[in-house]
Amino acid sequence: MTFAKVCLLTIGLALFSGMTVADEPDAERRGELLYLLKHDCGSCHGMTRQGGLGPSLLPEALAKKSDATLFATIMEGRPGTPMPGWRELLSEQEVRWLVQAMRRGDGLVVLAPSQGDRL
Amino acid sequence: MRVLQSVLVLIFLGAGITVAPAQDCLTRGSGDLGVIIERAAGSVVVVDTSARARLFQIDGLGDLSHASVVFSPDERYAYVFGRDGGLSKLDLLCGRLVKRIIQAGNSIGGAISQDGNLIAVSNYTPGGVKVFDAVSLAQIADLPAISDDGHASKVVGLVDAPGQRFVFTLYDAGQIRIVDMKNPKSPQVRVFKNIGQQPYDALITPDGRYYIAGLFGEDGLALLDLWQPDAGVQRILANYGRGKEKLPVYKMPHLEGWATAGRYVFLPAVGQHEVLVVDRATWKETGRVAVHGQPVFVVARPDGRQVWVNFAHPRNDTVQVIDTKSMKIVHTMQPGKGVMHMEFKPRGEEIWLSVRDADQVHVYDTDSFQRMARLAADKPSGIFFTARAHKTGL
Repeated sequence: MTFAKVCLLTIGLALFSGMTVADEPDAERRGELLYLLKHDCGSCHGMTRQGGLGPSLLPEALAKKSDATLFATIMEGRPGTPMPGWRELLSEQEVRWLVQAMRRGDGLVVLAPSQGDRL
Repeated sequence: MRVLQSVLVLIFLGAGITVAPAQDCLTRGSGDLGVIIERAAGSVVVVDTSARARLFQIDGLGDLSHASVVFSPDERYAYVFGRDGGLSKLDLLCGRLVKRIIQAGNSIGGAISQDGNLIAVSNYTPGGVKVFDAVSLAQIADLPAISDDGHASKVVGLVDAPGQRFVFTLYDAGQIRIVDMKNPKSPQVRVFKNIGQQPYDALITPDGRYYIAGLFGEDGLALLDLWQPDAGVQRILANYGRGKEKLPVYKMPHLEGWATAGRYVFLPAVGQHEVLVVDRATWKETGRVAVHGQPVFVVARPDGRQVWVNFAHPRNDTVQVIDTKSMKIVHTMQPGKGVMHMEFKPRGEEIWLSVRDADQVHVYDTDSFQRMARLAADKPSGIFFTARAHKTGL
């Protein structure tokens, strides 16, 4: 195949896939993953990701950890702790996307203003 | 005359800023009221369980992504313990927040003392228990959960116990502690060490005698007989998962006092699709019931004839009912995705379920299993009825 044809094929495929970044879940699945992150990961990590039984998942807390570490933690869990492996429920592509979504702070909850201290 | 009019207007305006209009408050009993946590919105809905209706929505209660509630003895006030360390006192008849404090960084639950005068909160950060005056929310005591290695543990499984005591568990250190608050200025703490690996929650039996902590780090539970504390903590149901591979646990089970039905206690198996049945005369397992998923809540109907079970993600769309006479499942239902919590009316004829993903709360008849009503609620989680005000441990 000529170089030109390869280029055309690539562009064609990109257009066909709806111009999404290659190897990323589609828009509907991304929405489902953010919901999972908020509500189900949120059971232990807090819906605001500030932590609970599990540590904070906020961007600043994750900054010092490598992608590989975070990927492995989600896929395999952390033996000896309540962190389960999600391998049976999530694909590698989805976990990779989740790691980046957490680093970006995608879908972070903005809490409604609280009434603070009140007499 | 003009000056007088202006002065009168100012007086009335001034009164309006500080005093809430009396007509907002209901003049009725509160014995059939309840609250529902709207976990994403940070609000609480006050409901009437007789009318099956929403009465009030109270906003601005901070992070309620995990929240629990206790009630004052007069069933007038609800104390909401929020994830962000917020402690909110709500007036159920007026549908409003009376007082709110932020008492910690991260918090998991709380309890009200036997006499109703003290509110205790169990905190993850800083690890420990704090005690407050139930009327004013002024801090009375601070009990950091520091273990021998100098670290503070997350505190779980906080309950009230007879004798004006609180009992709680240190998750990281594997301890159970009893605090006697008869003299609030001088709390008396008793420590039980090495109770087991990673106790994740605890319950107290309705008679206030047995405190049971579930273990995550090993198969088994820790039992403390509060009538014989000198006998120490006993392991029960050791190795219940023997020979079976533990499944990944996507949500921790929760232990509540309503796990007791007659002579049996029904407990969630961690990492298995099972409910464990224990005879409380011997504390030995008498059997297990195979269920649809990993149990999160295992709650007995007040008469003890049924036990209802909900499940962890990804099987949280299903609820099962165990008949305690036959120890068999007599009903399986799919109310919707994300069944978070279940609460019986005090005499058990109906049960309310929160269906998070449907933004609904459902009411079911517990004999016919017919759905009687649906109420709108924003991502509902915990449901708590005022009858808890008269129950030790709830």
